[in-house]
Amino acid sequence: MAFNIYDFTTLTKSIHEGLSSQFSPTATLAIEWTIVGLAYLLFVALFGLFLVYAERKVCAAFQQRMGPMRVGPWGLLQTIADFIKLLMKELIMPKNADKFLYNLAPFIVIIVSFLVISVIPFAPGLATFDFDIGIFFVTAVSSVGVIGILLAGWSSNNKYSLIGAMRSGAQIVSYELSVGLSLITMIILAGTMQISGIVEGQRDMWFIFKGHVPAIIAFFVFIIAGTAETNRGPFDLAEAESELTAGFHTEYSGIKFAFFFLAEYINLFIVAAMATTVFLGGWMPLHFGEFESFNQIMDLMPGLFWFFFKVLGVIFLMMWFKWTFPRLRVDQILNLEWKYLLPINLFNILLMAAVVLFGLHF
Amino acid sequence: MNSEILFFLLSAMIIVFSILTVTSRRILRAAVYLLFVLVSTAGLYFMLNYNFLAAVQLTVYAGGIIVLIIFSILLTSHISERAQMAGRYQGLMSALAVVAGATLTLITIISYSFPAKSVVESPSDVKAIGRALVSYNENGYALPFEVVSILLLAAMIGAIIVARKENKAVKGLKK
Repeated sequence: MAFNIYDFTTLTKSIHEGLSSQFSPTATLAIEWTIVGLAYLLFVALFGLFLVYAERKVCAAFQQRMGPMRVGPWGLLQTIADFIKLLMKELIMPKNADKFLYNLAPFIVIIVSFLVISVIPFAPGLATFDFDIGIFFVTAVSSVGVIGILLAGWSSNNKYSLIGAMRSGAQIVSYELSVGLSLITMIILAGTMQISGIVEGQRDMWFIFKGHVPAIIAFFVFIIAGTAETNRGPFDLAEAESELTAGFHTEYSGIKFAFFFLAEYINLFIVAAMATTVFLGGWMPLHFGEFESFNQIMDLMPGLFWFFFKVLGVIFLMMWFKWTFPRLRVDQILNLEWKYLLPINLFNILLMAAVVLFGLHF
Repeated sequence: MNSEILFFLLSAMIIVFSILTVTSRRILRAAVYLLFVLVSTAGLYFMLNYNFLAAVQLTVYAGGIIVLIIFSILLTSHISERAQMAGRYQGLMSALAVVAGATLTLITIISYSFPAKSVVESPSDVKAIGRALVSYNENGYALPFEVVSILLLAAMIGAIIVARKENKAVKGLKK
């Protein structure tokens, strides 16, 4: 099995050839689907657990505490223990809930997260789908996720759940606009929506440097709107625990609650990975135009590590937000989107178009 | 062979969920069945390599219209509500409408010759779509595009006018 940490196409090709020589084409396809599915499941479960641990440690650091320390070295096994506890909990069904929708809602949320994660390029040759509409597919699919939240809130037959779902719905629907528009700004610069093309376009320089002022504005708008879309603090009033117990997932327990919890952290990863891919070069190492020797030193670190290095940086930034700023009120959240972010974004698109048209970028 | 299985699966889903949409007596469940119909249709578009159309289907119908429908149901109806069965007159009228619609569709499908194409159609090219949207020659869509924008603007202004409070006293309370 040929393996090269710098380029995974050789690995995937050798797996494909090995399977094709043993099985019929249909069986090969089925086995490959299974492998890819299992790989994503494993990745999401492990990375989700790691993110929960990271969040608790980061939170502890900001509050001058130690965080989880007892289970395993530095508390590393704490989230695994928590997860096993969640799996063994009883599934409680509210008596007057709409059973079909109540059971369906967590699956809609988690399936949408899995669909979006499938287009993210982790390293050269390590992405499942590479469409011509890449970025548009991400925004299209993630716009369906809010339906799961709305259904969860309504079908639980609980006032807190319903209020949480309404808040969350209003927030996600409005901030989707800003996420989409800031991505469009970058598509103008990239000239393509295909994700491999976007990463390839950053070979000489990352887009956030290439597009200077409008790209930096778009980056900040994307991070703010992305934080709001994942329902994380300071925008977490959908599950404001002091007012609404737990918002739309108040009535969920055990593994169904774990699905919502996991989906929240996958969405955090997705926002960070999209920010990395579109603004910070994806798996592309830090390159600066003509400095050949500098570029070659940067090439020593494989793309996979570059990708996770950048993603974890963005995730740390978003956790920093969460544990620094106080929660916003509903009217403040909607004002921020409709009166500030949206006009800034629309102006920024014009600015970017002008920059690209007159060739003012690097 | 694989794509045929997928096609029959998606078509079966569209048919089953369409029937469930109109027969369900719980309004939110009907909306969710409609969501499944729209998502399966997007799946058909993906199968045909019309990726752009499929993504538009997901954004506009699944992510936009269904979310709006669910939102309005959330605001207006309670979980215990059940829709009433249609009366005899309503049933007769809807049967007539269904028969008329089905006949029209069938006539259209049968009269179209479905010429076999030797060239595989290129996947949706976003640049070409963008150019067609704003060009005003034969294959351009500049006029429909502008007309639709004005329609949407009018709808938005109308919604604001309808929702605005006329009362001055209420205005003073704000902030």
